[in-house]
Amino acid sequence: MEKNCYAIELKGITKHFGPVLANDSIDLGLQRGEILALLGENGSGKTTLMNMLSGIYLPDAGEILADGHPISIRSPKDAFAHGIGMIHQHYKLVNVFTAAENIVLGMEQEKKLDIKQTNARVREICQRYGFEIDPEKKVYDMSVSEKQTLEIVKVLYRGAEILILDEPTAVLTPQETDRLFAVLRNMRSDNKAIVIITHKLNEVMAISDKVAVLRKGKYIGTIPTAETNPQALTDMMVGRAVSLNIDRPWNDQQTERLLVRDLSCYDHEHVKKLDGVSFTAMGGEILGVAGIAGSGQKELLEAIAGLCPIAGGSILYKSPAGGQEELVGMSPMQIRKKGISLAFIPEDRLGMGLVGSMGMTGNMMLRSWRKGSGPFVKRKEPKALANKVLQDLEVVTPGIEFPVRKLSGGNVQKVLVGREIASSPSVLMTAYAVRGLDINTSYTIYNLMTEQKMKGAAVIFVGEDLDVLLELCDRILVLCGGKLSGIVDARRATKEEIGLLMTSVGGKEEA
Amino acid sequence: MKTLDTVVLLLIAAITYGTPLLYGTLGEVLTERSGNLNLGVEGILFMGGAFGLGGVYYCEKLLGTPSGIAAIAIALLCAFLAGALASLIFSFITTTLRANQNVTGLALAIFGTGVGQFAGEMMRVRAGGYVTVSNELKAVFTSSPFPQFMKDIPYVGQLLFGNSHFFYIGVILAVLMHLFLKKTRKGLYLRAVGENPATADAAGISVTRYKYLATIIGGGISAIGGVVYIVTTAGCTWNNEGLSGVGWLAVALVIFCLWRPLSALWGSVLFGALMILYMRLQLSFIPTELYKILPYVVTVVVLILSSLRNNKEKQPPEGLGLAYFREDR
Amino acid sequence: MEEAIKSPLLRLEKRGSNSLKPVYVWMIRLGSILFALLLGSIAILLAGSDPIEAYGTMLKGAVGTAEFRQQTVKKAVPLLGCALAIAPCFKMRFWNIGAEGQITAGALAATFVVRLLASKFEGNTPSLPLLLMMALAAMLLGGLWALIPGFFKARWNTNETLFTLMMNYIIIGVVAWLQAGPWEARQGRIAQFPRLAWLPKVEGVHCGWIIVLVLVFLVHIYMRHSKQGYEIAVIGDSLRTAQYAGMHVGRIMMRTMFLSGAISGLVGFMLCSGATNTLSKDIAGGVGFTSITVAWLSQLNAFAMVAISLLLGVLTKGADTLQTVMNVPAAISDIIIGLLLFCMLGCEFFINYRLILRKKPGKGGTVK
Repeated sequence: MEKNCYAIELKGITKHFGPVLANDSIDLGLQRGEILALLGENGSGKTTLMNMLSGIYLPDAGEILADGHPISIRSPKDAFAHGIGMIHQHYKLVNVFTAAENIVLGMEQEKKLDIKQTNARVREICQRYGFEIDPEKKVYDMSVSEKQTLEIVKVLYRGAEILILDEPTAVLTPQETDRLFAVLRNMRSDNKAIVIITHKLNEVMAISDKVAVLRKGKYIGTIPTAETNPQALTDMMVGRAVSLNIDRPWNDQQTERLLVRDLSCYDHEHVKKLDGVSFTAMGGEILGVAGIAGSGQKELLEAIAGLCPIAGGSILYKSPAGGQEELVGMSPMQIRKKGISLAFIPEDRLGMGLVGSMGMTGNMMLRSWRKGSGPFVKRKEPKALANKVLQDLEVVTPGIEFPVRKLSGGNVQKVLVGREIASSPSVLMTAYAVRGLDINTSYTIYNLMTEQKMKGAAVIFVGEDLDVLLELCDRILVLCGGKLSGIVDARRATKEEIGLLMTSVGGKEEA
Repeated sequence: MKTLDTVVLLLIAAITYGTPLLYGTLGEVLTERSGNLNLGVEGILFMGGAFGLGGVYYCEKLLGTPSGIAAIAIALLCAFLAGALASLIFSFITTTLRANQNVTGLALAIFGTGVGQFAGEMMRVRAGGYVTVSNELKAVFTSSPFPQFMKDIPYVGQLLFGNSHFFYIGVILAVLMHLFLKKTRKGLYLRAVGENPATADAAGISVTRYKYLATIIGGGISAIGGVVYIVTTAGCTWNNEGLSGVGWLAVALVIFCLWRPLSALWGSVLFGALMILYMRLQLSFIPTELYKILPYVVTVVVLILSSLRNNKEKQPPEGLGLAYFREDR
Repeated sequence: MEEAIKSPLLRLEKRGSNSLKPVYVWMIRLGSILFALLLGSIAILLAGSDPIEAYGTMLKGAVGTAEFRQQTVKKAVPLLGCALAIAPCFKMRFWNIGAEGQITAGALAATFVVRLLASKFEGNTPSLPLLLMMALAAMLLGGLWALIPGFFKARWNTNETLFTLMMNYIIIGVVAWLQAGPWEARQGRIAQFPRLAWLPKVEGVHCGWIIVLVLVFLVHIYMRHSKQGYEIAVIGDSLRTAQYAGMHVGRIMMRTMFLSGAISGLVGFMLCSGATNTLSKDIAGGVGFTSITVAWLSQLNAFAMVAISLLLGVLTKGADTLQTVMNVPAAISDIIIGLLLFCMLGCEFFINYRLILRKKPGKGGTVK
């Protein structure tokens, strides 16, 4: 075999989803002992392309070569047979199985089911690359980073030579990310070929040897990482010069809006999700909320919105017009009836913020359906609002009665945000507001947040990308295991500082 | 001593009445483990009963009285095929055509009870009267596989060794199913499909094949319950009155036994007892007709209690009732 | 490693914004009904009859004479009423299959009122106050009977499918007891109602048909234009969204179940007062189940339910005739109804997905 032969090469790969062209004749090559970053905006077709390598989708046209020979990958099984293993963004694990049981899924070559032997091999792999995992632990007891480790071990167990990681750092702390990168470098020296799908530029710079850029389903080019810089990559990714800076004006008319004291909540299984959290959210500022996934961010927002049963503490709302209300114990309806304009953009847009089967009008009604006397709903106002949102935020839809579920992710979010800011909120809470959106829409959302801040709303912004939090927010509140770990000034804090706060309360290194 | 006799007799009767439930439940356990919620068990039982009886009846009529084992095999096979066919329809509509499982199951319940009654009555019309098998066969169906001296052991003899062949086959089936789910690779894969089809798919397991096979085999096993009812407790004649409701109880019993085949064993005996308590343990202050609804009342209580439990190990398969399409996005 | 790269012969694709034209949608649905009837003819063939003759007999038996037509309508009325009752529940994704029991509960309450109060009234013609009281009692008990599973679903998320179903057997058991015990008149039957408890007839059929037609409009308006209907639609789409919007999900669930049970109870009143003039444990006679079919086949559209319930009315009435004339068991109607449901459920797939045949053999490239 020639030395510079590609481990995997894609030629002219094309994939349609209905009328949408997800991948348009893409060529890509990957060598052993190399980490390739696949860079592109959300919706640029990165995951689709890699899913064709792992056998989840079938290409409409084009060919795949392994070590110079054409191969066909028609199912995940074929992918394994060619040594390709993919770590999906949404982990593919069975919750009620142990780590070892998850690992042996789909392993056809071993006839007998021998969990003990599997356990031993898992431990061996862990030692080799520097992982830590308990093969007998059930997945539902695992933390996010443990689950990711399990996914990687699973792929290595099958003897994968080519690893594809889809946005692996999205849910990790900076420290965990460093640990992951260390493991990836170990694997690179073990002569494995690695693809990391990402849209985070600093990670591309930190880990990759080469970077391939996709834009709107098209292949733009591949360049060695050493010869490029974040600004050049962004321009390649978006197709024109983009300013990476988020505008952050200072609102000097800040007033106390929400006084949260000793707030505690339990989830349905009586696990404490929020533990004595105290802070003050100011009108006229963006308060960022950072933390590892599942540290209580969701519960914090839902508690304020009256959607999560509260075990103790108080949430005092100070109206801009003067006067105050205790929100604890109030239902969302009662909060609204008090005239408190509380907007909430939840993480699960279609599952919680919107009614997927209804059109924009029906969704605008979600905030106003009770208005007016009599048993019937009024459609006139929501319809007008739908048209306004459609125009103001440039929502792309066949019509305002077209089911929002069938819209693209960015448009879905615009409908939701449009409705929530229409009520000129005094408190605006958002959870992962830009997840899955392209750069343009993301910046639209950032600007809307800042606009609301300048109008005097208290904006609470739960985010996962620390770079964005540091650029957008005025202050950042860090949660760790349901506890308040610290509040930092976003203009002065560093990522490492926040990362430390995310993993241990108060930011002290664990002994 | 008298109470002990009563208890033993009650238990034996409970086993007799519980055996159809056992098959119904075991089959549905297998089906639900694959993530398919087949609510059509009622219809499947009807079809199994009618076709199982029909198979034995026509076999005897055309070929003469078969030997004991052959008769049992024919009954099992005919019922199994009928149930497998019904479940094939269900699988096709829900797995391939991705229709709502709840409604498809209800449709199967209507269709299956219709087919069962239709076939049962057609046989009666064709024969111009009662359809039943010879007394020899009736005796075979209710007989036990064990020798007389074992049955003569005081008290436990009849209880342990005096039940019908079908009960023992059901016990073996439950144990086999338990071992399959817990100890084998295919069983592990099947559970993975039911818990999280996307994961199973990504691991290279054919979700469609597992769903189809589990549902079809499960449906076949459930259908055996129908014929067992007809040939053991209904005296080998078509009786849709007595069979009605058994399938639904089986679906409820699956929840009760936490999707575990071994728990189905005692669960079905318990429900068998509830079904015949009104005959064996008459209480003057409860009218018979009200006594008969006992199993349904208990089921309601069981449903309520099971909705209160909150243990991660005691939940239905995560993917239960949901359609899976790989390219959903 | 030299293998041909093939894409599969048949691929599927979800239809997104390029949905099928409504004309094609309805053509597919109509086609599936015809296909179901075609499959049904296999069963008729197996029974040794000529399908064309059998379907002809069914049609004649259902609409051949004015009397037959009246009987067909009489069968369609409870189906329609019950489908209207079920629709809000199904819209809410609450699988209420307890209509059978809710009908029975309604009939039981109506009968109770008759037994209690009929002697207080005089005359031999239908008495409006008595009928109103019967209807009210029927709606109340039917609603309460549905409220029980609704309560547990709302409170603890108890499986409503099986719960509502078990409630059927329980109330039917209660009626069986009354019929054979406390309320027995002779030979295990309950006495016929006095004439003043009979629903008057209009055009040869008890006036229940007018009531259900009014209900069609009411339910349509309720589901499409009322605040409560909006709440139901939101809950059916996503429970979390409903909570987020400040809806009291549990309360709405219970309210909807009560309403549904009340309409079913009203159907029960119509059946005992208008059709059989007495109560028996078979009063619902499968209407509660068949109406699920009606509701689903009409995609929860109240007006489509009128057509579908008439179609099923023709089928069941026709099947009765078929049994007497050609000796084909009446269960044939259940078989055809089941097949109809199968085909209608299956055909939605062809509406929502697009099948793509491989364009040209070898496209996608065969190499080496």
